[in-house]
Amino acid sequence: MITIKSLNKSFNGKQVLTDISVAFEPGKTNLIIGRSGSGKTVLLKSIVGLHDIESGEIWYDDVLFNKLDFNAKKEIRKEIGMLFQGSALFDSLTVDQNVRFPLDMFTDKTEEEKKDRVNFCLQRVNIINANNLFPSELSGGMKKRVAIARAICLNPKYLFCDEPNSGLDPITAILIDELIKELTEEYNMTTIVNTHDMNSVMQIGEKIVFISEGLKCWEGNKDDVLDSDCTTLNDFVFANALAKQLKASL
Amino acid sequence: MLKFLTQFGRYFLLLKKVFSRPEKPSVYYKQTMHELVYLGLNSIGIITVISFFMGAVITLQTAYNTENPIYPTYLIGLGCRDSIILEFSSTVAALILAGKVGSNIASEIGTMRVTEQIDALEIMGVNSASYLILPKIIATLLFNPVLTLLSICVGIFGGWIAGTMAGVITSEDFIYGIQYAFIPYYITYSLIKTLFFAFIITSVSAFQGYFVEGGSLEVGRASTKAVVFSSVLILLFNVILTQLLLS
Repeated sequence: MITIKSLNKSFNGKQVLTDISVAFEPGKTNLIIGRSGSGKTVLLKSIVGLHDIESGEIWYDDVLFNKLDFNAKKEIRKEIGMLFQGSALFDSLTVDQNVRFPLDMFTDKTEEEKKDRVNFCLQRVNIINANNLFPSELSGGMKKRVAIARAICLNPKYLFCDEPNSGLDPITAILIDELIKELTEEYNMTTIVNTHDMNSVMQIGEKIVFISEGLKCWEGNKDDVLDSDCTTLNDFVFANALAKQLKASL
Repeated sequence: MLKFLTQFGRYFLLLKKVFSRPEKPSVYYKQTMHELVYLGLNSIGIITVISFFMGAVITLQTAYNTENPIYPTYLIGLGCRDSIILEFSSTVAALILAGKVGSNIASEIGTMRVTEQIDALEIMGVNSASYLILPKIIATLLFNPVLTLLSICVGIFGGWIAGTMAGVITSEDFIYGIQYAFIPYYITYSLIKTLFFAFIITSVSAFQGYFVEGGSLEVGRASTKAVVFSSVLILLFNVILTQLLLS
């Protein structure tokens, strides 16, 4: 469980997030949605501690994360997996070495155990016979899947995904969404996904938080999102022509 | 002035992070070995070529500028030896390495920053500054003295080849010259300078790369800044160290 209380964040005097309070539940795929530039990525990076916040509280279960020192934060971070928008695979390492990296760094497993774990994680995300390829040799969808494999190889309690299906075709995007949902349920992780893709919202949005101009405007689930009375949310949800037709037919 | 002090402070805070206790020494050892090859062994070629030709030019310049019957010709060898040991193999070679290794480090770390690879390390609980920078510092501190010694040998060899082939000095005179009035402390002085310069090149370049904000354009700028700042600092410390070590 991750709980955010009255979070405020600004850059050079410009307020980016204002008084955000929300709770993200374990075993569920929690979505943060909003337009580009609304503050989704800043919120996600603030939650994981990549940005220092001005005020507010970030709780990981019963630990007040934002008040911890560097070393204490490191301990929590070992339980975090994160999928970045651009995958953030290490360019100089192969697929195998990328997934193995957290195991090398934080475990005392034998070579055989590490090999088994790497292969298990890669198979889990449907990456086969690509262990020796470098990130530059992979497609966008494969990079995302390898990044997911790296994120889950230490069995994290918390999974963060920043725009996991940006730049992917609709079919691959759905596969990635389904994979995230499956893994969340399988490992009972607290998963937070940043997205502006309405397909993802309807596919995996068990809990949805809508952010607009740094403010939390709406909170609910995929069943409520289509008939909300929040104007900014409706403008976002029914922005494209297909969605407008759908709304007209409702 | 405020900006300079801010950067100065950030540099030392980064160094504090770099020299904190490694998460897993075995991983850092592997990384250091990799950097020894990448930053050290891969620089042998350029150092060899440049040292050879610099030694040749120093010999010829010394010969043509001291064409006087009252100067014994073996002084050409002595001049070549001392120029190479005292300045070329430590300072000029460091400036060359600042261009090659410094830009390499800044662009590698800068690219990792803008593509969120450093964020990925931080999220995993890895001290990214230490993991990325410490092995590079250790590798250059270990290997740059080797490059300096290699440069001295190749430079003097280049001087001997050029001098004898151009007919400005006999082989016997050159060899006598490079042995004449030899002060072993000059080698120590050269190696001490090399260690300082290696640290400057690596830490300043890594600093420029680590704090890049933006995209590929900013990575390019950081790479240029790394070379410029490293070079200026090398020249500044050359003066300071010369005064301290030879006075």
